[in-house]
Amino acid sequence: MAVTAPTTLPAGNYLDPDSLLNDEERLIRDTVREFVADRILPEVGTWFEEGTLPAGLAGELGALGVLGMHLEGYGCAGTSAVAYGAACMELEAGDSGIRSLVSVQGSLAMFAIHRWGSEEQKQQWLPPMAAGEAIGCFGLTEPDSGSDPGSMRTRARRDGDDWILNGQKMWITNGSLAAVAVVWARTDEGVRGFLVPSGTPGFTTQDIHHKLSLRASVTSELLLEDVRLPASAMLPEATSLRGPLSCLNEARYGIAWGAAGAARACLEAALAYGLEREQFGRPIASFQIQQQKLAEMTLEVSRATLIAHQLGRLKDEGRLRPEQVSLGKLGNVDAALRVARTARQVLGANGITLEYPVIRHMNNLESVVTYEGTADVHALVVGQAVTGIEAFR
Amino acid sequence: MKICCLVKEVPDAAVQKRIDPETKRLDRSGENTLNQFDTHGIEAAMQIREGGVVDVEEIVAVTMGPGSAQRALHKAVALGADRSVHLSDDVLAGSDVCATGYALAKVLEGESPDLVLLGQQSDDGECYTIGAVVADHLRMPSLTQVIKMDVADGKLTCERQAEYGYDTVEVRLPAVISVGDAINEPRYPSLKAIMGAKKKPLDTKAAGEVGIESGKVGEAGSRTQVLAINPPPEKEPGEIIEDEDTNETVEKIVAWLEERKLI
Ligand SMILES: Cc1cc2nc3c(=O)[nH]c(=O)nc-3n(C[C@H](O)[C@H](O)[C@H](O)COP(=O)(O)OP(=O)(O)OC[C@H]3O[C@@H](n4cnc5c(N)ncnc54)[C@H](O)[C@@H]3O)c2cc1C
Ligand SMILES: Cc1cc2nc3c(=O)[nH]c(=O)nc-3n(C[C@H](O)[C@H](O)[C@H](O)COP(=O)(O)OP(=O)(O)OC[C@H]3O[C@@H](n4cnc5c(N)ncnc54)[C@H](O)[C@@H]3O)c2cc1C
Repeated sequence: MAVTAPTTLPAGNYLDPDSLLNDEERLIRDTVREFVADRILPEVGTWFEEGTLPAGLAGELGALGVLGMHLEGYGCAGTSAVAYGAACMELEAGDSGIRSLVSVQGSLAMFAIHRWGSEEQKQQWLPPMAAGEAIGCFGLTEPDSGSDPGSMRTRARRDGDDWILNGQKMWITNGSLAAVAVVWARTDEGVRGFLVPSGTPGFTTQDIHHKLSLRASVTSELLLEDVRLPASAMLPEATSLRGPLSCLNEARYGIAWGAAGAARACLEAALAYGLEREQFGRPIASFQIQQQKLAEMTLEVSRATLIAHQLGRLKDEGRLRPEQVSLGKLGNVDAALRVARTARQVLGANGITLEYPVIRHMNNLESVVTYEGTADVHALVVGQAVTGIEAFR
Repeated sequence: MKICCLVKEVPDAAVQKRIDPETKRLDRSGENTLNQFDTHGIEAAMQIREGGVVDVEEIVAVTMGPGSAQRALHKAVALGADRSVHLSDDVLAGSDVCATGYALAKVLEGESPDLVLLGQQSDDGECYTIGAVVADHLRMPSLTQVIKMDVADGKLTCERQAEYGYDTVEVRLPAVISVGDAINEPRYPSLKAIMGAKKKPLDTKAAGEVGIESGKVGEAGSRTQVLAINPPPEKEPGEIIEDEDTNETVEKIVAWLEERKLI
């Protein structure tokens, strides 16, 4: 019989990264963790299975204050980047779909308006978006333009003072939920962003079905047919691809943290299961092969969490570079996928059901590794940063 | 109406609690947090304010504890309190329940609240008694285990949970009410409120400033003394009856129950 003694270190906080949080960040982290435990974890398996999200969830997230939490003013909490990251970590320890909703709302849609919008646009949209009363989406990807957004076909042309938009956007998170879509389009003056309210004539959405990943998240197609918008709908400050890329950089930062959260959840599930499940007369966690797996997962989670913290510290100091965010997104999502796949096997047959969180995370992470720049693309970014040689084309 | 909520900083529920064999006090060096039971008191105060039957001018969170206890006050303010008072002084260390209650009552005297709310128990000391001690010093009526509270002009109608059922009791204000955790479902502090918490006033008071006599608090002023600390006796392992033949199993269970005169 295996000798069991009290555990000495918690797997999910092995190197005590919690001690890197200040009191305020910790209270924020604890609050989001509690929300996830109460509101997300008991139900998310069902949401995933049914491919739905409850209608009231955005409002609850708004009341909690996580939507655009790292932005200043306009009803936003104005937290540190580390606090925002820690919140993403907890949300994604719940489900990548819920974290995606929050990322798209805060880091893509709200950030676009906050960073590149006019004062009137900020006043109109940011407070209801922070409260979760108005959902936003971010339309960059198109059927024929993914990793290479410079090849986009959606066009906006001037007609007097108005703009006329034509085109199609694909794989747009929150698409059909959105009260406002941030749509990026090619113009004679370069790539520009437009705020398209739902219900604008010529603007329709269609949800993408049959997903096997990120099912507790809405993904849609946006169709724009001669959509007429006033001049005031254009984001005045963004005049090139730098506009959308700045937003993606914000969201990827949150993903680096979130992926570490999904990994932690898988590790904790595997550890609990391994201690509970007995085969050959002893807990499976007492066998060397399983301990090797648990040790490796603990290492991956620790490493990912520390990378996220360092990104956060750099961001709060105002010196985080996009190439560094690429390293974090690349490394942490890959690590999370490895942990999820390992954890799934520790759970045996139970690992393939939604009774346990692991396969849900594993499938979700296949989206996370693809969106916001694929792993390949981020490897190319890091490669270029360290060699000085561009290998994209 | 002015409401004071007593709040305490306790070790995080996730932290393994440990008693320091030297001081015979709880080791509080790990992560601490606001006593969960106290969030029900703050929520009750917020619901009185939002209920609109009486006008609540101020909700004040009050704690006694070391420097770190400020974190509990920040959370209390994030949950809705308008300001907080932190009683902190080396002479208070080692205070027992009576000394703690006396010290808190001295702070409350200075605040003259219409209502004092507190949790039913602290997650660490679990004495369930501070409310009664505080009320005694303040010469105010006191109720424990209150799970429903209706406020009207100058009085409260409370339902308290007892072993035998429910009491409905009317008390006049000012009063000290310790609430049960069934009274409400505390809200989450919003992140915006957390960010604003440090900007709300926090007064730190030394014992002398609120008229606490040093001989009545701390180790010296405490009339109880912890002599020794022992773990509870280990529970005897239960008997597992394997179900091989169901008739036999039933017989064994019946015999076990009869032996103990349970049937
Ligand atoms: C669930 C989900 C939600 C999404 N939400 C949004 C959203 O809200 N808004 C939005 O705008 N988009 C969204 N996307 C789209 C996402 O950003 C794109 O899928 C992603 O950018 C990749 O584009 P693609 O799918 O067209 O793949 P492609 O670009 O066609 O890539 C296919 C493969 O080729 C590789 N590849 C491409 N170029 C190179 C190269 N130069 N060198 C080496 N390999 C290369 C890629 O790494 C990948 O493996 C979402 C996607 C998913 C799955
Ligand atoms: C291991 C151990 C060692 C101890 N050592 C000693 C000792 O050496 N000498 C001694 O006499 N006593 C000692 N005590 C008792 C200790 O003093 C009490 O825990 C303390 O007086 C408060 O009681 P309580 O936390 O159980 O409060 P409870 O009566 O359980 O708490 C009820 C409510 O009172 C309020 N409250 C409690 N404390 C505070 C506070 N500090 N500030 C604000 N509000 C508060 C909260 O709202 C709480 O929900 C010890 C206790 C333990 C567990």
